[in-house]
Order: sequence, then structure tokens, then C-alpha cells
Amino acid sequence: MTEIRTTEEFSPQAVTKHRSLWGDVWRQFRKHKGALTGMFVFAFITLAVFIGPYIHNIDPSAIDFKKRNLSPTLSHPLGTDNIGHDTLAQMLAGGQVSLAVGFLAMLIALLLGTMIGILAGFIKSLDGPLMRLTDLFLALPILPLLLVIILLFRDTLRTLYGPEAGIFLLIVFVIGITSWMHTARIVRSDVLGIKEREFVTAAYSIGTRKNRIIFRHILPNILSPIMVSATLGIANAIITESALSFLGLGFPPDFPTWGRLLYDGANFIQITPSRVIWPGLFIALTVLSVNYIGDGLRDALDPRLRGR
Amino acid sequence: MINYIIRRLLLAIPTLLVISFIIFAILDLAPNDPTGNLPMTVPPEVREKIRVSLGLDQPMHIRFGMWLNQFFVNEPLNILHEAFGISIGDAEERTRILSWSTRSPVVDLIIQRTPQTLWVVGLSYLFGILIAIPIGIVSAYKQYSWFDQVGTFVSMVGFSVPTFFTGMVAIIIFSVQLKWFPMIYDTTLSVDSWQNFVTQVKQMIMPVSVLALYNASQLSRFMRASILDNLNLDYVRTARAKGRSEKVVLLIHVLRNSLIPVVTLIALGIPTIFSGAIITEQIFRVNGLGQLLIIAIEGADIPLVQTLTFLFAILIVLFNLIADVVYGILDPRIRYD
Repeated sequence: MTEIRTTEEFSPQAVTKHRSLWGDVWRQFRKHKGALTGMFVFAFITLAVFIGPYIHNIDPSAIDFKKRNLSPTLSHPLGTDNIGHDTLAQMLAGGQVSLAVGFLAMLIALLLGTMIGILAGFIKSLDGPLMRLTDLFLALPILPLLLVIILLFRDTLRTLYGPEAGIFLLIVFVIGITSWMHTARIVRSDVLGIKEREFVTAAYSIGTRKNRIIFRHILPNILSPIMVSATLGIANAIITESALSFLGLGFPPDFPTWGRLLYDGANFIQITPSRVIWPGLFIALTVLSVNYIGDGLRDALDPRLRGR
Repeated sequence: MINYIIRRLLLAIPTLLVISFIIFAILDLAPNDPTGNLPMTVPPEVREKIRVSLGLDQPMHIRFGMWLNQFFVNEPLNILHEAFGISIGDAEERTRILSWSTRSPVVDLIIQRTPQTLWVVGLSYLFGILIAIPIGIVSAYKQYSWFDQVGTFVSMVGFSVPTFFTGMVAIIIFSVQLKWFPMIYDTTLSVDSWQNFVTQVKQMIMPVSVLALYNASQLSRFMRASILDNLNLDYVRTARAKGRSEKVVLLIHVLRNSLIPVVTLIALGIPTIFSGAIITEQIFRVNGLGQLLIIAIEGADIPLVQTLTFLFAILIVLFNLIADVVYGILDPRIRYD
């Protein structure tokens, strides 16, 4: 055993340490201070929101009229609102929904965008129609349309899936299908460049089938723009959801999300300004940290910048 | 160039038709009833008559055709008639799009609300541009200096933090705590004296500056990137080699070239003045177009929602076109033919 180890130590492979692609990316990512901080903040918020309710176990929907509009105390670290809800518990519960909406809507948008981008870049006859479709979606007035769709289909979905799940599905779905366009454009232009490269031709020459070329050869090479647009997608979805809730057309009042809490708190801005500050601060921190992660990822995944 | 503009204009027509159809279809497919808000005592026969009088018994494609005719032919002619007294055809008898809730012509409502939106949101866009360009120039020229670091951080924060939060914080600090500015925008105020003018300026400061900072943070990042792209190009070295001063090199040679993509971005952003107004106007209670849309949506006032949404769509298509044309005019390297 020992003999083998010594020969390994002196062989050239052992001297030059193996460097994987993702190792390189991580090393570059760590150098970006903002991205690293962003990652910690985002991880902290996610953990807090999902583990927090087990530590701070006050029911967010519990009403206690005797304890209205309290300032922070030990049992209510962020105070209470005008009907005695514990603000911290509501913040945690709201964060779960806001993050879930952001994540799921991003997944839908990413899936749609990647699929449309690959199809448009890979199949010539589909390129024109799909890109016209993308342009068309980009020309839609998104926010007014979202408001209209939610207003009109809210009640139908509410009766189908119940008040909370219905609205949740509707909001995730409409945000998802109205924010895939930028991903599709970037993916398409990358696919157009990569499909002409030699390694793809080589794969064709040994008889690789088309779907295998897409999944094995093209998809891994366009992963970096997809990841960057994933981070931007989360940020965008969280902001859109809270904007909708802020306009009073998002989730129902008894169902806390950060945007909804901000909207409800806005009417009590003179009595309890903290009800506006906390949800707003958390929306802002989440979006900021996600944007910084995106910034860092873009630098880390760009081989021309890496290793500088 | 002219060829290109004509081609783009022709292409814009089907785009607009499809968009208007999408908006029409969404509003049409949705389960809603204009007689839903009437009192319960109104009998079903009367309800049916109301629906017929609104033209709701026709098949969908006919209603879509009527809507297009109304929007593109009748309403512009009405505006011509009212604003300039030019009447083509039978101006008095021509139908108008009526709002279901207020029973007044939709166009009149929109004309009433536009000035507030243009003043508040338009001004903030203008200020945003004026702040963003110098910041972008300085932080690109002094890349990695403390000014650049701070500027980059502030702009990152600026566009990550949604305006409904910054607006709220501004209200808490400046209206609730310091009591410098009014919390609610008073739209009935008419500027006829110096004092009223001061009040008007005071109530505009918060909405305008909140939105201006948001716009500036996005633009300044773009401006910085655009200048950085240009700073290392050959023509800059040539200009320096000719003995031009740094000021001339930066502010004349580099700036002119870096502004090209920024100007297109500015043109592309103009429609967001109107749709972005939806949130800002809601925070500060400005009764502009955005608030009109929200009221219409809450009251299920379909004709008003339809017209407003479609107007936003037209603006987006129009300014996309303008941005492309401006890019072509400013950058002679772009050839469209």
C-alpha cells in the first residue's frame, strides 16, 4: 500500500492537482465578494423562512385583540399588527410563499424559455415562427395583462382548487408564461453558435441522434446563460408577485406573502411603520442577494474572465 | 432607410392585430358579466336586453371586428372632431367606447388622466436620464475607483429594491416623521399662485425622486458598460495621439459613440413610463393612467381595461420601432437594406 502511494505522489498526475470545471467556477465565484455575500444572505433567508417557524412557533393566523399594534417584545420580536397577528410569524409564513412563487415561476419560465430557445436555434423551420412569438410576447404590456388575467380567472380557480392553492397556481403560472422571452432569446443565439462547432459535427458523423445531440452536447454548453437567467428569473418573479399583491390583486388578505404584508401594512404606516419596513426589507434583500449571485455566476461561468 | 421604416411599419400591423386579439380574447374568455353589478331586483329579461344592447349576443369574431373598427376608425375621428373641429362623416352620431361604470366615453377619461401621469412619471424618467448619464461617465472613466464602487453598489440596490418599498420608506421618513412633504398627492390642486406652485412642487418631489432613482440605477449601469466598451477602441487612442485633451476625448469622442445604445434603451423604456406608473401612482395616490387602470380592473370595467391595455401595447410596439430607427440613424454602421 505504502509503495503504491509513493509512486502516485511522484507521478505527474498527482503533482498537478485535478481541476474540474465546477471547481474552477466555484473558485472564481468565491472571488466575487458581492456574490458570496449574496449567497450567504439568500441561504440565510431561505433557511430562516423554512426552519424559523419550528423555533418561533406562534401560529401566524392566530388573532389576539388584546395584543394589538405592539412594539417588539421578547415573545413578539417584531411586534404585532392591528388585529394581533405576530409579525415575525407572518413574515416567515409569507416568506415561504414568496420564495416558493419565485422559485416555481422561475422554473416554468426557464423550462419554456430553454425549450423554445433550443427548438428555434436547432430547427430552422421553427426559428422564424418561434422568434416572432417571442417578439410578440415582448410587446405585450405584461403588468396590465397580469392584473387582468388574475382578476378574471381568480374566481374560477378559487372554486376549482380552493382559495389559496388556486391563487398560488394562477400567479405562478401567469408569471412563468410571461417571463420566458429573454431566456429563449439568449438560448437561441447560443445554440446557433454552438451547433456549427466541430464537436457537434463530429457527433453527427458518428451517427448520434438529434435529441442526444441536444441533451448531451448542446445543453451542457448553454448551461451558463441558463443559470444566470435563472437567478434573474427568481428576482423578477418575487418582485412581480409582491407588486401584484401590493396592488391588491395577488393573494387573499388572510394568506400572508411579503407583498401582501406590505400592502396591508401600508394603511397603518403612521401607527406601525415597521409593518411596512420588514416585508419590504426582506423583498429587497432577497432580490438584491439573488441579483448579486447572478452577477457573480455570470463572471464565474465566463471562461474569458475566469482565472484573472 | 425609408424602405426599412415602411417594412417595419407594415410588420407592426399584424403584431398589433395579434396583440389586440390576445387582449380581446383574454377578456372575452373570462367568466364575467357586465350586468353582474346591477341590483338583484333587475329581472333576467331586462338583463338580457342590456347585454344585447351592449352587443354581447354577437359571435366573437364579429365583436372583435367591431372593436377594431371602433378603436382604429371611430375613436380617432372622434378625437379629430372634438379637438380640431374637423368632422369626417357623421360626427354626432358616431358611437364611442363607453366605460361601464362611469358611463362616460373612455377616451375622455384617458385624456383627463394623462397629464398627471406625464408630469409625475415623465419628469422622473427625464431626471433619471439626467442623473444616470454623468454617473455612468464618471464611474466608467474612473473604473474601480471608490466612486465607481459606490455607484455600482447603489445602482444595484436601486434596481433590486422595488419602488413600492422605497416609496413607502420615503413616506415614512419624509411625511410621517419629518412632515416635509404631503403623504397623498392632491390632484385637485390647480397651480394659479406662487403658493400653490410650491405645494405642487412639494407633493411631486417624493414620487418623482423615488422613480427617478429607480430609472437612473438601471440606466447608469448601462451607460457605464457602454462607455467601457468604447474606451479601449482604436479611435480613442487616435484622438489621444492627435493631442486632444482628455475632456474632449471623453465628452466628445467617447460619449457620442457610447450614447447610441443608451438612446435606444431610453426609447425602449418610454412605454414603461405608463405601465410603471401603475405602481408609483398607487403608492402616492396620484390619479393618473395607472390608477385609472387599477380602478377599472377592480370594477371589472371591461371597455376601459381593454382600451388602456391596448394603448400600452401600441406604445410598446411604436417605441420598439422608434428605437430601431433611431439606432439606424445614429449608427451609420448599421445598414438595413
